[in-house]
Amino acid sequence: MAEKNTDTKEFSEAPPRVSEWRRFWRVFLQRRIVIFGLVVFALLVISAIFANVLAPYDPYRGNMADSLQQPNKTYWLGTDIQGRDTLTRLIFGTRTALAVGFITVGVAAVIGTTLGMIAGFFGGVASAVIMRVMDALMSFPMLILAMLLAAILGGGIQNVIIALSIASVPGNARVMNGLALSLKENDYILAERSMGSSNRRVMLGHILPNALPPIIVLVTLQLGGIIMAEAGLSFLGIGIKPPGAAWGAMVNDGYRYLLTNPILSFAPGIAIMLVVFAFNMVGDGLRDALDPRLRGVL
Amino acid sequence: MTELLRVNNLVTQFKTESGVVRAVDGVSYYIDELEIVGLVGESGCGKSVSQLSTMQLISAPGEIAGGEVMFEGQNILQYEANGPRMRAIRGAKIAMIFQEPMTSLNPVLTIGQQLTEMLVLHMKMNDDAARKRAIELMGMVGIPAAASRIDDYPHHFSGGMRQRVMIAMALSCNPRILIADEPTTALDVTTQAQLLELMKEMVQHFRASLVIVTHNLGVVARYAQRIYIMYAGRIVESGTTKEIFGTPRHPYTMGLLKCIPRLDEEEGRKLVPIEGLPPNLINMPATCAFLPRCHYRIDKCYKEPWPELATVNGNHFTRCYADTKEKK
Repeated sequence: MAEKNTDTKEFSEAPPRVSEWRRFWRVFLQRRIVIFGLVVFALLVISAIFANVLAPYDPYRGNMADSLQQPNKTYWLGTDIQGRDTLTRLIFGTRTALAVGFITVGVAAVIGTTLGMIAGFFGGVASAVIMRVMDALMSFPMLILAMLLAAILGGGIQNVIIALSIASVPGNARVMNGLALSLKENDYILAERSMGSSNRRVMLGHILPNALPPIIVLVTLQLGGIIMAEAGLSFLGIGIKPPGAAWGAMVNDGYRYLLTNPILSFAPGIAIMLVVFAFNMVGDGLRDALDPRLRGVL
Repeated sequence: MTELLRVNNLVTQFKTESGVVRAVDGVSYYIDELEIVGLVGESGCGKSVSQLSTMQLISAPGEIAGGEVMFEGQNILQYEANGPRMRAIRGAKIAMIFQEPMTSLNPVLTIGQQLTEMLVLHMKMNDDAARKRAIELMGMVGIPAAASRIDDYPHHFSGGMRQRVMIAMALSCNPRILIADEPTTALDVTTQAQLLELMKEMVQHFRASLVIVTHNLGVVARYAQRIYIMYAGRIVESGTTKEIFGTPRHPYTMGLLKCIPRLDEEEGRKLVPIEGLPPNLINMPATCAFLPRCHYRIDKCYKEPWPELATVNGNHFTRCYADTKEKK
């Protein structure tokens, strides 16, 4: 039976096979700015992991005798009022920035996609309740909401993460809700249900994999915003508590000496700018590479 | 032959803003073991909806408003639509193939992942056994080099190949009934014939019954043993293939037969289309729905409601007042 139906013609007419993986990298790395973003991203991760090794001095204990030094051979980026090396604190600040960024984005993505999926898939009451709460949260500007929560919960890295996570959940829920609403109407979902799949299996096994590319892009783009929000909170003094090293707090500490020692504010400020820019570029590149509408263009 | 599935007075309706649409209005039919049954009708006459209702796959705003589906001694409509008992029937006892092979497979999962999923779920196979079985099934439906193609994605396959995969998937758990909802409509003619032949062989091999839902009388003429003709949500005529093609009794069936060419008749006959359009299913009149398009209508048709199915002889039923035999 098998041989009789073997149809080699159909087989040979199939298009030449291009590995999805290779196509992804080709589109992703096509723009130089994306490569730049990736390099910055890699450097950040390295400096965060190896902060102890890379940093020349102790980030918390300064040498009062060397306070407010201009950049020189011993202190490449100068020192602050307490005589702490700016470069060292900048390197340790990467840890705060990345930890807050990644954990927040992860927590928000998990909670947001779960809520959005449930709302989109089941509709009705579940959707009404979840999405109206999300709308309410969304109506606050992210930084204001985070400030409110940080003010209630108090400072500290943990509470910054909680505050920013809550503020980032609605965006994820909204995107996932829309994706679930449209994906669940696909023929393959009906086919899947006709084969006896449970709702859970349909959601996790079939809708989620289809929704991942846009979610990944969204998360990458959110990273930059969250690092900026963390810096903002720290700048306002409700984020990371001293003596912890955070870029936002460093900008705040330095601005009193803006005229004499501008490097104290500029160094962490430029770091924030660079990081946000890099993450946005990587997110952009990911979107180009993962967006199904651009499939087959390259 | 033993009866496998019996549907009694199935009613499925959709609540829309402009009114209630009775897409399936009191449909009854049965399927015997190892039988191939054809369900024929125009677009929108309720063929697909009746089949989806049987499996309780109707989603809002549609709802099954009445009737029963007897399968293995149980009315399966009483099971919760997404509950474990209904899920244990779907795929494992009654499986379905859909019209559009291009969109019936999940684009982000490999063929293997999708084929093995059901084997693991219903047949309780482990991953290795399921993979082996999946390759075997792909070979059976005529996919060359199955072992190397199992890790391909759906977009690497042509429409015909995907429909072969769908057939393999639907039959993977040895269902008793395979419902093919316009399985070849989206394919080109040469592939259609191959796939119908394959489907026939496969249901014989797996000892399953086959329901072919189609608007193409030519498709069922060759394969089906019995045919149900549907119009506006109801079955208007049913009988063996020979009866339907040889001595059609309902004006709609006769109209359908007049608009397809046949090889076994004298040359020169004109193909006559059925004039008019199928009725809007919202606020249907009580009288025969085919009345406005009918050439056999008599006074009684305008006065009396749509008649029930009446026996012509034996298993041949029709739903018509007019004496269509005479005027043929």
